Amino acid sequence: MSALKVFVPRDATACALGADAVADSILAGAKGRGIEIELVRNGSRGAFWLEPLVEVETESGRMAFGPVALADVPGLFESGFPGPADHALGLGPVDGIDWLASQQRLTFYRSGWTDPLSLDDYTRMGGYKGLKRALDLSSQAIVDEVKESGLRGRGGAAFPTGIKWQTVLDTPAEQKYIVCNADEGDSGTFADRLLMESDPFQLIEGMTIAGLAVGATEGFIYLRSEYPHCRRVLEEAIARASQANWLGEDIQGSGKAFKLELRIGAGAYICGEETSLLDSLEGKRGLIRFKPPLPAIEGLLGKPTVVNNVLSLGAISTILAEGAGYYRDFGTGRSRGTLTVQLAGNVRRGGLVEIPFGATLRELVEGYGGGTASGRPVRAIQVGGPLGAYLPESQWDVTLNYGALTDIGGMLGHGGIVVFDDTVDMAQQARFAMEFCAVESCGKCTPCRVGSVRGVEVIDRIVANQDREFNLKVLDDLCETMDKGSLCAMGGLTPMPVRSALKHFPADFGA
Amino acid sequence: MNSSAVSLREIVDSAVAEHHGKIGTLMPVLHSVQEKLGFVPSESVPMLAQSLNLSRAEIQGVIGFYHDFRTSPAGEHLVQLCRAEACQAMGSRDLELHAKQRLGIDFGETTEDGRFTLEPVYCLGNCACAPSVRINDGIHARVSTGSFDQLIDDLEAQE
Repeated sequence: MSALKVFVPRDATACALGADAVADSILAGAKGRGIEIELVRNGSRGAFWLEPLVEVETESGRMAFGPVALADVPGLFESGFPGPADHALGLGPVDGIDWLASQQRLTFYRSGWTDPLSLDDYTRMGGYKGLKRALDLSSQAIVDEVKESGLRGRGGAAFPTGIKWQTVLDTPAEQKYIVCNADEGDSGTFADRLLMESDPFQLIEGMTIAGLAVGATEGFIYLRSEYPHCRRVLEEAIARASQANWLGEDIQGSGKAFKLELRIGAGAYICGEETSLLDSLEGKRGLIRFKPPLPAIEGLLGKPTVVNNVLSLGAISTILAEGAGYYRDFGTGRSRGTLTVQLAGNVRRGGLVEIPFGATLRELVEGYGGGTASGRPVRAIQVGGPLGAYLPESQWDVTLNYGALTDIGGMLGHGGIVVFDDTVDMAQQARFAMEFCAVESCGKCTPCRVGSVRGVEVIDRIVANQDREFNLKVLDDLCETMDKGSLCAMGGLTPMPVRSALKHFPADFGA
Repeated sequence: MNSSAVSLREIVDSAVAEHHGKIGTLMPVLHSVQEKLGFVPSESVPMLAQSLNLSRAEIQGVIGFYHDFRTSPAGEHLVQLCRAEACQAMGSRDLELHAKQRLGIDFGETTEDGRFTLEPVYCLGNCACAPSVRINDGIHARVSTGSFDQLIDDLEAQE
């Protein structure tokens, strides 16, 4: 009989919840009992409320147990684990867990099923099918496929990816670049991290296809320094892909070249803005650039550059493998593919949810989320990161897609959903939005650099009831100036959380 | 020339050599210097300027722009508390007050015994299991005031 396979996730959240110690304890427990097991550190499925989620491979599928704390391990063994076990943490077959089974995993198809660093696992589950096809296509044919898919940038701006690629393809240059924006700095978001830690080859494949599509032979992943686990996974994945000839001078004997380098940021939120990111990649302070010229025409070192988010590049392998129509047929209107959101903050069942477009915010937070972790009523939900609006209950029936959120004065952004219970002080949240902008502003334009500092002061005066009417007017004026006069989204969107908090929760400002 | 200056020169040279020929080589070089020394000493700036053919002002500007680069050594353990929204929703404001009190220092400071440096961080990507704390390269989830004390106690007990 071969060794039983036991899976313990290795992603940052699982590890933050003690997965390493659980894995060690399972190994020691099995050894002590003379049970032969093969321990696999798989990727997480993103059901973070169940982490560490331990799985055992059986003839009838993978049996799940979770959340498993270190102290639970001896009891698990006593109940028969890793054989058939009747334990309170038993969840049955992992693909029967409703929270996961009801999702539609397109981008996160492999997450949790595979060892993230196993190329065998990756190719067994459809990996590199897209690149193999792309190697036989012309650049224009690849770009056409992406255009037809309707894929829009998943970083937040939702710009059509195919159009961006066409611009780079059409701009003549002796060198072009592919840059992956992995500077996922929005609070409440972790989808990029999860994809990179659970299925890194998917990103590498997508970037390679992008290189073939626009004629770029060099790529960079710009990863934030706050993701140390992710860094280790990506370094190893790039090394393995290069060794197996999926990256390099002659990919799989095709004569086509693409090399990939990992770069680490240094703790600046602003470097998630694409032009600031490019300056940082060039070794400079991460200052915003004026647009135009667009990075697609004059990007890294002034050369035509594709700058895409992790999830956008991740979707590319599926589009090339299964065809544009397959991807486009998920979703409606201008929102194609699947909706990827992250349930975070004060939520009972937090994690990554990938479902068809069409669900409402309330369905997400009450259904998947199960309400607050504290058990108190939900009071406000911030959607779209620190620059997104705070939504009161009257707006929770909004459908989660790009257009519907814009229509109510919010944004979907990168899909972060942060839940707050009724203990939240919305004036403090508004103040924090300004404070964060002051800390993270690149300093290039005045509305953002100075406006944010003044914003904190004005909110303090309003809360203290100093010259209330006057200061409310000053705040409104300041928000207008930042909105209209800032060079990028940092200063331009900081008013969004501030104004929504003030509009929907005036009592917290002492009204 | 004293021995510490020689070794700094060697560290700078090896960092420059390691990343030679790369696009935007300054950032990876600064990361390498900081990984070796724990900070980027001011004496390294003219050396870097000479090796990379940049002005001292350019290098100083980059060091000053990014939160990660330090110009003085941190304590033995770098404790970073997430201050961003998802953690706020789970009580990070209280945790912040508690941590400052427990360690007796404010953000950006190091304890007198040199054991701990406390810093804010804006998101560790662990937002479904907040509040989050990073200590060196380890991330901790759902940190309460009690579990924070336990983490610090454990580190203090280590010698």
